[in-house]
Amino acid sequence: MDWFETWGLTITVFLPVVGALLLGFIKRDNEDALKRTALLVTALAFLASVGVVIGFDYGGTPYNTYQFEVNETWIGAINANYHVGIDGISLPLLVLSTFVMVLAVIYSWNHWEEPKNPKAFLILMLILATGMNGTFVALDLVLFFIFFEIVLLPMYFMIGIWGDKAPRKVPGFAREFETRLYAAIKFFLFTLFGSAFMLLGFLAIYFESGNVGAERTFDIPALTELGAAGAFSGPGNFAFLVFGAMFLGFAVKVPMWPLHTWLPDAHTAAPTVGSVLLAAIMLKLGSYGFIRIALPILPEEAVSWAPFIAILAVIGIIYGSLACLAQTDMKRLIAFSSVGHMGFVMLGIATMTDIGINASIIGMVAHGLITGLLFFLAGSISHRYHTREMARLGGNIKLMPVLGGILAFTAMASLGLPGLAGFWGEFMSLVSAYNPLDGLSLGVFRTAMVLGAVGTVLTAGYMLWMLQRVNLGEPSAEWEGRQFHDVDRFEMTAWVPLIILIVVIGFYPKVVFNATTDAVTSLVDAAFGTDTTAALSSLVKGG
Amino acid sequence: MNDLLLLAAEEHVIEAGTGGFWSDTAGIMLVTPFIAFLAILAVGKRLKYQGGEIAVAALAVNLVWATVLFVMNMTGGVLDTSNTFEIARIGSNLVFELGWVVDGLSIMMYFLVNFVGLLVFVYALSYMHGDVRVPWFFAAFSLFAGAMLILVGAPNLVQMIIGWEGVGLASYFLIGFYWHDLDNVRAGNKAFMTNKVADVGLILGAVILGVTLGTWDFAALDEAAAAGGEALGAVAVVAGLLLFFGAMGKSAQFPLHIWLPDAMAGPTPVSALMHAATMVTAGVYLMARTFPLFEHLATEARSWMVAIGAITLFAVGLLALVADDIKKVLAYSTVSQLGYMMTAVAAGGYTAGLFHLFTHAFFKALLFLGAGSVIHAVHSNFMQDMGGLRKAMPTTYWTFLVGSAALAGIFPLAGFWSKDEILATLGAEGYTAVMWIAIAGAFVTAFYMTRCVALTFFGTYKGHGEPHESPRLMTAPLIGLAIPSILFGLLNIPGVELPGIGNFTEWLGVRVVAMGDHHAEAIDFALAGLGLGAALLGIILGWAIWGKDRLSQQERDRFQVPVLYPLLRRKYLVDDLALGLVGATTGPIARMVDWTNTYVIDGIVNAVGGVTKWLGGLVYNGLDQVGVDGIFNGLSAAADTAGSALRKMQTGRVQQYASGFVAGALILVVLFVFVI
Repeated sequence: MDWFETWGLTITVFLPVVGALLLGFIKRDNEDALKRTALLVTALAFLASVGVVIGFDYGGTPYNTYQFEVNETWIGAINANYHVGIDGISLPLLVLSTFVMVLAVIYSWNHWEEPKNPKAFLILMLILATGMNGTFVALDLVLFFIFFEIVLLPMYFMIGIWGDKAPRKVPGFAREFETRLYAAIKFFLFTLFGSAFMLLGFLAIYFESGNVGAERTFDIPALTELGAAGAFSGPGNFAFLVFGAMFLGFAVKVPMWPLHTWLPDAHTAAPTVGSVLLAAIMLKLGSYGFIRIALPILPEEAVSWAPFIAILAVIGIIYGSLACLAQTDMKRLIAFSSVGHMGFVMLGIATMTDIGINASIIGMVAHGLITGLLFFLAGSISHRYHTREMARLGGNIKLMPVLGGILAFTAMASLGLPGLAGFWGEFMSLVSAYNPLDGLSLGVFRTAMVLGAVGTVLTAGYMLWMLQRVNLGEPSAEWEGRQFHDVDRFEMTAWVPLIILIVVIGFYPKVVFNATTDAVTSLVDAAFGTDTTAALSSLVKGG
Repeated sequence: MNDLLLLAAEEHVIEAGTGGFWSDTAGIMLVTPFIAFLAILAVGKRLKYQGGEIAVAALAVNLVWATVLFVMNMTGGVLDTSNTFEIARIGSNLVFELGWVVDGLSIMMYFLVNFVGLLVFVYALSYMHGDVRVPWFFAAFSLFAGAMLILVGAPNLVQMIIGWEGVGLASYFLIGFYWHDLDNVRAGNKAFMTNKVADVGLILGAVILGVTLGTWDFAALDEAAAAGGEALGAVAVVAGLLLFFGAMGKSAQFPLHIWLPDAMAGPTPVSALMHAATMVTAGVYLMARTFPLFEHLATEARSWMVAIGAITLFAVGLLALVADDIKKVLAYSTVSQLGYMMTAVAAGGYTAGLFHLFTHAFFKALLFLGAGSVIHAVHSNFMQDMGGLRKAMPTTYWTFLVGSAALAGIFPLAGFWSKDEILATLGAEGYTAVMWIAIAGAFVTAFYMTRCVALTFFGTYKGHGEPHESPRLMTAPLIGLAIPSILFGLLNIPGVELPGIGNFTEWLGVRVVAMGDHHAEAIDFALAGLGLGAALLGIILGWAIWGKDRLSQQERDRFQVPVLYPLLRRKYLVDDLALGLVGATTGPIARMVDWTNTYVIDGIVNAVGGVTKWLGGLVYNGLDQVGVDGIFNGLSAAADTAGSALRKMQTGRVQQYASGFVAGALILVVLFVFVI
């Protein structure tokens, strides 16, 4: 299987876009062929990523080494290479990405939103898949940036074309906009705004690497090496600003408060599958960027920015949860819940400890599965009732017991119920906030810990409130005598795997940690010079 | 002194058995209810009892293990083993494990949960017959049993949290079982949210302990606490109080008790098993599991805990006096008894608190099932619709009477012995004032139970129709619970060793010896007399007021407590305050946040868009007639353009999308080439 060592990642990344090309040759009316091809391609990409999982050497991930690595010259003039590889940090996210994509195709089977056109929609999905998969394996800043940006376009079109057409009042403007247009453009501009700064940061690092190292490079492992040696942290505030630039790019994508306002609009307007992919995978590109690029390359700056990140993260937790409590639109509520959940992910990262970063990765995976499922459900509910207004829903579980039951399950998972996947990210990020990296302000992080814990109460509050309004009570008179089709087989096929994974990770988080722990520990060790769990053990022995 | 205790502990460790096959496979108990849960969801609908038989079978299997372990523990030396497997490992040392502990404490709980659980499940077969959603009832009930056993068997705090939230979830499901009525849903929400608030304490306490010790293992906590480690000592009081705050939620301590009376909205078997016998004791169990922390290090926390317990046992007990709903009488009574347990454990009476937990489970489950039997017959929860039922429902009446007497602490029933032990502990540990409160509480207990019995079973029947005794499937569990309610007090008579099996104190095992738990060596007749006297006084006074049908119930209630009556009817205003506070703050704050989002943050975003567009216009019109206005055209202009473009595209073909995409990608590439 030597060829797979070399080609595995490339196949995983580019198979979808090849599929997109193939789809171009299929007639628009031949819906079956289109869907089958898309399913086949995404399933193969998923299988390829499973192959990577199987071939992955879990014991052998010492610091800054990657498996399934390919490093070929690409744009020689600027020393940008086609460098891809995978380690324990990116492996779970890559699999999440390929996996959710298959489910999204299955779900699409009979859920086409106006103006339908499966061909175009599937092509966009496949392009999106390549962008997302690529981001997780790119080991070159230019390559990373391109993949990171590629995902913008399909999502922009998805929202802009298949999105919600209801007119919407925008504060500050006299006339109304179509929701989808406002949302699509806001999404695009917001992200582009962040990316512009991120690109500046990358370029600055590139030029600086020429001053401190041998030659200018975009190579992430090489830059990581330099970063761990503190090469960029000379006198002056160069590196501090560079981190700030990267921070803007990643923070918009996460999104962190107060750069989050594109998210509720984009989610509310997006078609179901768009929302799912956005929540399940695209948000992780930002937090992954922090772990893969910002932290290892600029560790000292990361530490100086950490309290600030922690404060924003915890504001996000509280603010996002409170905003949820004011929503009347079910999908918008779920969208705001992402702000809170990603707050926990960022709080974990901000502690700069191995526990915190492990927490953030499992938090990302869990959020991907759970919130992805929530958006599937919200989509199916609005597909049936033709409204997302919670005031008009109610008694859903009576009309559709299976759908309602799955919604209840997912809401419980989302509020971090122990025994389900969402618990570990939240709990461990609180654990890490109690003892952040040495030198970080205990006052800030322990306050963040307490507020984060309070945030879990608010989370429970809005989730129960949503269940009460959507699922429970008697159905309103409006739906009397209406027959609703409970979960169909495509929905079931798309959702059951998510449910199973949520339970499995909840009781056996090792499936994720097994991959992440060595990579994270060595990263933290090299970047920040401490192994926090080792410090823990010395504490035990000493006390 | 400490050395001696440790030595004693070590000797016991050597003695401690492992239980062989039965303890190695005890984990089965933690799994069968979940299998039942899935099986009921899958096939329950098609079965005669709609899945009830599966739930019963699971607990019957469990009871075999629980009983064997219970007996082995009594006769063959105390067991003390645990089996664990790793579910996660972070870095080099942070390990998460699941597993099951087989020691005196957990065996006692395994037996309790499975024994009472089985009887309640059997009862429910008949009680729920013909009700709505029966399969879901038994599925959720099994879910509860599984989560409770996960909690009870937890070798570490994290697993306990998993079980803890699991039982909370089942509780939410079952309180809101009749969810077509939103009042029940709100009761479920209230329970979940009150517990969630308390769980902040549990989670933070767990975080602090886990980080400090490097592990969540209870065994390690025991050891570190006994060794008086400095690191642990520094955080012990804070961590201890946080854990206690968590326990206050689940075990309904004042003022977090407010959810439990509302929880009576669930079906009566649920109230019996979860909201009386087992789930609500989880807080006490947590305190017992982490007892060494409070014994050795968090000693300063204990007086606070005793105070909370004392307030709970007395003040909330009084509320039972004015409740009209028979289940609420029992609910307030449960809160009050949990106060006893908590006070005892906090004061250092590990055995006393747990023994009361043990006996209370039987007689309180009995009382709830009895109440259910009555409700089943008269179709009302309210005691003003009852009365005179002793003739029509003899089995229910006699067993209810046994339960009431046991609860009131009448010699020689179970409650007498366990309550007496708590009084003795409080006296011996120097909490004299609290001891007197507890004696006064005994009076209140007997007082309200007399009222309850009198209003339900004496006087004339005031309801509709003709009530009949419940079917045998329901009365058999009543008898099954009445027997231990009578006898089980004898398991721990101070200073008495039962031939061949010792006593309850010994069964609790090794940890008790190591911890220097207070337990009396002989009966204190004066104190026992005081407790019994208070109870008898309560019965006599209660009978004098409520024994005859002279006046309506409310008039008699009011006559009894003229000053306090209005305050008690309003439940000390705690509910009003809590709900009022939450209602008055959360909504407006949430709306404020949403407003900020739309008008402040997005206001800025939109303003930037607007200004950029204006600037664009300025540049184009004023400076550069032939300039490119596309790039800086801002949000609303872009909205226009893109809008019309998109509208065109929708009518177009895929080729157009593709070309649009390619154009976009090309622009990016061009940007790259230029920038680079």
